[in-house]
Amino acid sequence: MKIPLKYIMRNFMTRKLTTFITIAGIALVVFVFTAVLMMAFGIQKTLVSTGSDDNVMITRKAANSEISSIIGPDIQNIIRTLPHIATESNGNLIISNEPVVIINLVKNGGGVSNVTVRGVSPEIDKLRPQVKLIEGRMFNWGLRELIVGDAIAKRFPGAQLGSYIKFAGGDWKIVGIFTTNGSGFDSEIWGDAVQLQSAFNRVSTVSTVTLKLDNPENYDSFRKAFIADRRLQQYEPIIEKKYFAQQSEMLSTFIRVLGIFITLIFSIGATIGATITMYSAVANRTVEIGTLRSLGFNRISILAAFLIESLFITIAGGAVGIFLASFLQFFSISTLNFSSFSELAFSFALSPTIIVWSLIFAIAMGFIGGFLPSIRAARMNIVTALRAG
Amino acid sequence: MSGIIQVKNVSKSYWRDSIETSVLHDISLDIKEGEFTALMGPSGSGKTTLLNLISGIDKPSKGEIIINGADISKLSESALAKWRSTNIGFVFQFYNLIPVLTAFENVELPILLTKLSKAERKQHVETALNIVGLNDRMDHYPKQLSGGQEQRVAIARAIVTDPVILVADEPTGDLDKHSADEILLLMERLNKEFNKTIVMVTHDPHAASKAHVIRHLEKGDLIQETV
Repeated sequence: MKIPLKYIMRNFMTRKLTTFITIAGIALVVFVFTAVLMMAFGIQKTLVSTGSDDNVMITRKAANSEISSIIGPDIQNIIRTLPHIATESNGNLIISNEPVVIINLVKNGGGVSNVTVRGVSPEIDKLRPQVKLIEGRMFNWGLRELIVGDAIAKRFPGAQLGSYIKFAGGDWKIVGIFTTNGSGFDSEIWGDAVQLQSAFNRVSTVSTVTLKLDNPENYDSFRKAFIADRRLQQYEPIIEKKYFAQQSEMLSTFIRVLGIFITLIFSIGATIGATITMYSAVANRTVEIGTLRSLGFNRISILAAFLIESLFITIAGGAVGIFLASFLQFFSISTLNFSSFSELAFSFALSPTIIVWSLIFAIAMGFIGGFLPSIRAARMNIVTALRAG
Repeated sequence: MSGIIQVKNVSKSYWRDSIETSVLHDISLDIKEGEFTALMGPSGSGKTTLLNLISGIDKPSKGEIIINGADISKLSESALAKWRSTNIGFVFQFYNLIPVLTAFENVELPILLTKLSKAERKQHVETALNIVGLNDRMDHYPKQLSGGQEQRVAIARAIVTDPVILVADEPTGDLDKHSADEILLLMERLNKEFNKTIVMVTHDPHAASKAHVIRHLEKGDLIQETV
């Protein structure tokens, strides 16, 4: 590339209006592309942060979600006999037998949505120390009281501190609002596991059993003991964090694939815009191309100059799109999680990988859009180009 | 002694919509080193085509063009581009300066293709602009210059690589009489002082009168040579 960059940059600035419109078009498409990736990443981040590395969750092997998993009282007792379960100072095992059900609540602005209700055991504060009460108090064990995640309190007018929720033939009082700083638990309602079991006629069955390991490094040893017990062969232990990461895959992949497909259709329009801009740049500078060629600049130099100009336009558009999309991090939205069939609130999340992919996307549009006009410029006959003046 | 430019039995035809248009017919001529030649003739006589062939921006359909001992009609596209950058200086009727570059940057363009350092390039550009008397307009953009000044910048660009041959296509065609005289004077000086071989296409008998030899073309044939 012998043609100076200042030639490319200054030409880039001379056609202000067309360049601006093309940049705006590219920025819009990159904004959507980045937003889709941020949404999928936000869901993943929310669900992955839900679990802990030192907690093990046990579900029925055939179940693909917590709601469809059933663990009877005999199995719950066998699990308690396994090695490497952490204990409290008083000797109690840190383990929570959790019935998980879905109820319907009316959302802000109308419409009904599914919400996960999780029954937890008294050791929950040791099992999930990330849970912080931000309003009210913890529910009393043995009473029909609930605490709700802050994402639920924000989105459901009926789920406010002091109000009652009606389900399973009874009224449940909301006595506290908790947060886990943006994890999936913030979209749940928690109550006493025993109360929920009886309300939903679950007798003594639960959906999952979650326990804390005495040391995360003992997971393999715990798993070995679990698998060795033939009575547990229909059940599966999994690190809690990994379980929620798997739960995020279906929804995040769906959003990513659908979003990228839609963005690719948009990108055809933006790429055509870049092509038209670059064709007009070539047409306006035909004599310049002829002059540069007669001065000794070869075809590759001309091709590179126009291609770089096109890339400048799309990279600028890409940067604007990413910059605007970065503000989405301040927004939180909710959607139905396909895996749990319940509401999941999450924030858009930006990562260096998303920035790199968005820029690659912008560069690809610049390359594809600028390629044909650049080829035309490079293939131009010198004599014909000079006569164009 | 053979000339620095030897055109041997050169013909040139163009094809458009499968119709062949013959522009030059079996032209032969010799231009000696340091000669100032004017190519004259009516529109469509083939003088610009002949200039394009000599400067290596077009290739003959038949015949040979030997410049400084090298047959340029046999050079590849990229070799010809490289050859042009070192051997030919171009002066166009409408100056063909790059509007987004300053006078300095326009003159620097051809030597960006050389291995000269930035400091050496600066020295060469300043020398070229000094020769054309525009070293006080280095940072001006073409639109900030008069037509005559623009053509002088174009001449500085043509001589900055110190080529042996300058080709000029109607260099005074877009200028008023005063500016045209300045340009002709400059070209005479380049020819006499710096021994540049100049081939100039012109319609203007006054411009042609500055040349040592005037070659007349008509309908693609060389019909007369006036010394």
